[in-house]
Amino acid sequence: MKTKADVVIIGGGITGTATLSWLSRYDLSCVLIEREPDIAMGTTKANSAVLHAGFDAPTGSMKAKMNVRGNTLYHEIADEYGLDIKWTGSLVCAEDADGEATLSELLARGEANGVPSLSIISGDAAREKEPNLSDKITAALHAPTAGICWPFGMAIAFAESAVVNGAEIERECEATGIKIEGGKVAAVETTKGTIETKFVIDAAGVCADTVAKMAGDDSFSIAPRKGEYILFDKTAQGSMVSSVVFPVPTKTSKGILVCATTHGNTFIGPNAQETDDRSNLSTTPQGMDEIIAGAKKLVPNLPLGASITEFAGLRAASSTGDFILGESSVTEGLILAAGIQSPGLTSAPAIAEMLTEIIVSKTGAKKKTEYKKFIPAGKKFNEMSDDERAAMIKNDPRHGRIICRCETVTEGEIVDAIHRPCGATTVDGVKRRTRAGMGRCQGGFCGPRVIEILSRELKKPIPEIRKDGIDSYMYYDKKYGDGGDK
Amino acid sequence: MNKIYDIIIIGGGPGGLSAAKSAAENGAKHILVLERDREVGGILQQCVHNGFGLHHFKEELTGPGYAQKCYDLVKDMDEVEISVDTMVLNIENKSDDKKIVTCVSPRNGLQKIEGRTVILTMGCRERTRGAIRIPGYRPAGVYTAGAAQRMVNMEGYLPGHKIVILGSGDIGLIMARRMSLEGCKVEAVLEICPFSNGLTRNIVQCLNDYDIPLYLSHTIVGIKGRDRVEGITVSNVDDSMRPIAGTEFDIECDTVLLSVGLIPENELSRELGVAIHPRTNGPVVDQHRETSIDGVFAAGNVVHVHDLVDFVSDEAEIAGKFAAIKATGNAKKATLDINVNAGDGINTCVPQHIRLTSGEDESVRLFMRAKSPQRKVTLHIKDGDGEVMKKPLAIVKPSEMIAVDIPAAKVKNIKSDITVSIEGAK
Repeated sequence: MKTKADVVIIGGGITGTATLSWLSRYDLSCVLIEREPDIAMGTTKANSAVLHAGFDAPTGSMKAKMNVRGNTLYHEIADEYGLDIKWTGSLVCAEDADGEATLSELLARGEANGVPSLSIISGDAAREKEPNLSDKITAALHAPTAGICWPFGMAIAFAESAVVNGAEIERECEATGIKIEGGKVAAVETTKGTIETKFVIDAAGVCADTVAKMAGDDSFSIAPRKGEYILFDKTAQGSMVSSVVFPVPTKTSKGILVCATTHGNTFIGPNAQETDDRSNLSTTPQGMDEIIAGAKKLVPNLPLGASITEFAGLRAASSTGDFILGESSVTEGLILAAGIQSPGLTSAPAIAEMLTEIIVSKTGAKKKTEYKKFIPAGKKFNEMSDDERAAMIKNDPRHGRIICRCETVTEGEIVDAIHRPCGATTVDGVKRRTRAGMGRCQGGFCGPRVIEILSRELKKPIPEIRKDGIDSYMYYDKKYGDGGDK
Repeated sequence: MNKIYDIIIIGGGPGGLSAAKSAAENGAKHILVLERDREVGGILQQCVHNGFGLHHFKEELTGPGYAQKCYDLVKDMDEVEISVDTMVLNIENKSDDKKIVTCVSPRNGLQKIEGRTVILTMGCRERTRGAIRIPGYRPAGVYTAGAAQRMVNMEGYLPGHKIVILGSGDIGLIMARRMSLEGCKVEAVLEICPFSNGLTRNIVQCLNDYDIPLYLSHTIVGIKGRDRVEGITVSNVDDSMRPIAGTEFDIECDTVLLSVGLIPENELSRELGVAIHPRTNGPVVDQHRETSIDGVFAAGNVVHVHDLVDFVSDEAEIAGKFAAIKATGNAKKATLDINVNAGDGINTCVPQHIRLTSGEDESVRLFMRAKSPQRKVTLHIKDGDGEVMKKPLAIVKPSEMIAVDIPAAKVKNIKSDITVSIEGAK
């Protein structure tokens, strides 16, 4: 690991990786540190994966500005980064006069925020777009610029593009302190050593306040708010939705939605529960009941038998209610990207752009003369024509071996995901890059084979292969007589 | 490549191999078995315990022993070709006697292979945690029993040391014994139903013999541990299988194995357009195991989940025989198509219909599952005119498939749809 850098980013979620990618266009040495074994393991891996149009946040707020700018930027960069995005549009559905009044407010706010092409449509027109919607829905706000995305894929693309342009990503590296000299950032202390730097970008998600405090800034706090989800099999989409469907929002949340994913699945959720525990990602029976009841208001006939997994994510809600962006008022060189809850995913490129401008203006860094164009991982075998598949296998026979049956992922794709810049080191890391294990059998068949490939490619024995988190070891050696302790 | 096969068999487990053998014996000349794993045998390869083959081979075999026996019967047959490490991506029904199978393998790349008939023998897969929505954290240490079985028996690793098994299906019971033999502590087997879903012999040999407690009417309401399982919370459930508040207790463990049901693997069948039965989750078949699509047959766990591999072989031999007859142009035209309905007390019945040809029909074997455990009952098979036949049964259980033969003489007399039901003392 570098012992000196121009910029250190703490946190490898969508905000940190997007910012790293933007910074890597400049002549700056940058290090991103992430405490988990992979990037995109916090809020980025468990959210609604919606690219919002931008009508929710109050006009003039950072959330509103970043959302609208971020949405525009995603439209521009999707191809360059090979991002999985579908611009499906979104509907906010009302079922009474109060709800319709809210739609009018949202429309006005959206227009004030600069969201293009918003319109209010009738319940029937909404059902024409989404035939499984409830008969009770009387009107809907339609936002054609909203979309759905593959959030970890985006973070990974941002990370890879930065790495090929010289940025460093250090995983399993936790910030333990920030050294301040004369009111200015001097170094970041980590579990892997100290990095001297003048600039720290705090993109630490639900722990952004902890990191800011390390640098002497306790001007805000983060209150994690948990959201639970249920994901459905691809076969369920026909009886659910093919875009993003919201209820009328409440004060704290956009509500429990029914939403398609970029790969043809559908999910329902999230609810919103305050929690003190910043790693509480448990799902609860009450939570499941709550999101099922909520989703049924939009789509009454949910195919509940087709659920394939449940998960929870934490929103990093800040004490100010808005994103906290820019240089700390307390510590020079501490650049904050805190309180990044929804629409944080949508805002990430805009936040990256803004923070990069701050760093560039303070350092006078110049754009790199040789910025390497990033080559995305490319089309998935699953999405190819037979001719393309035949050519791919000819080129590398490992593509002729299907490891994940549900999602048709080849051995070649898994090997590639492991060896790409910032490649997968865990079973879930492979899953987030290739979709192996994301289908209806949830890794029942391919899990052992993915472990075997990781073991072979990383030259590590099987007991050292982990599922996801730091201590998530999966299998143990057989040792007789000693209780089999690892 | 331009060769046209009489029969293409999708899956080289006991079903596929038994179908191939029977097809060759019944006149098919060119039979191709496609297997996605490195070798044939299917899930039997990881079932190292014994108890297989008593009915079909009249001897007691281990899983790999049974698989070997099936393989040995076809390996020297000129009619049978086997292609391993080959995954079928798609099956197209071009016409009644032309099916195109698209498959890939590292050796042969992407191939499109033509067959006159296809037999589906893809088997089944395990229901997962997500499908039954077990709440809690999502740490490492939660595995389907079959995935863990593969790691323990074929790869040589342990999934953990303090084990709880959810579900008393046969794989769960077998794994309880397996883990005990490996020196692990099996803390409990939990079953949401008020009765076990495994074979009686497995309850005795796998739980009782090892003093492993079986908690009936219990389920997991929470999994603890962020990175690795640290324990579970268990709750008693009511008659509708909802957890009863206040009955929760914790069990410390590092591993949860799930044996919560098997689902026939019919993605290819669905895409092909084969009619799927809502109860069995497998193709609707006639007594020859022909599906709703002409020339497409199905047998084994892909049709309905069996408890004995012996019955899989029996059923696959039927499919192989009639696919061979069809492929060689000797199939007789059916004159009457009779539905077989599951009546009182019966959950599923296969085949779902019988196609009769005038005069010379063979006996038909029905495979059924009871809805609930009962003693001293009578199985009735009735058509519109009344009783076709009846049979007393000492005991029926959902976990043990009922097989009943309707003799040829009686099949001949069936004139309308039949209903199978169980009647008798509760």
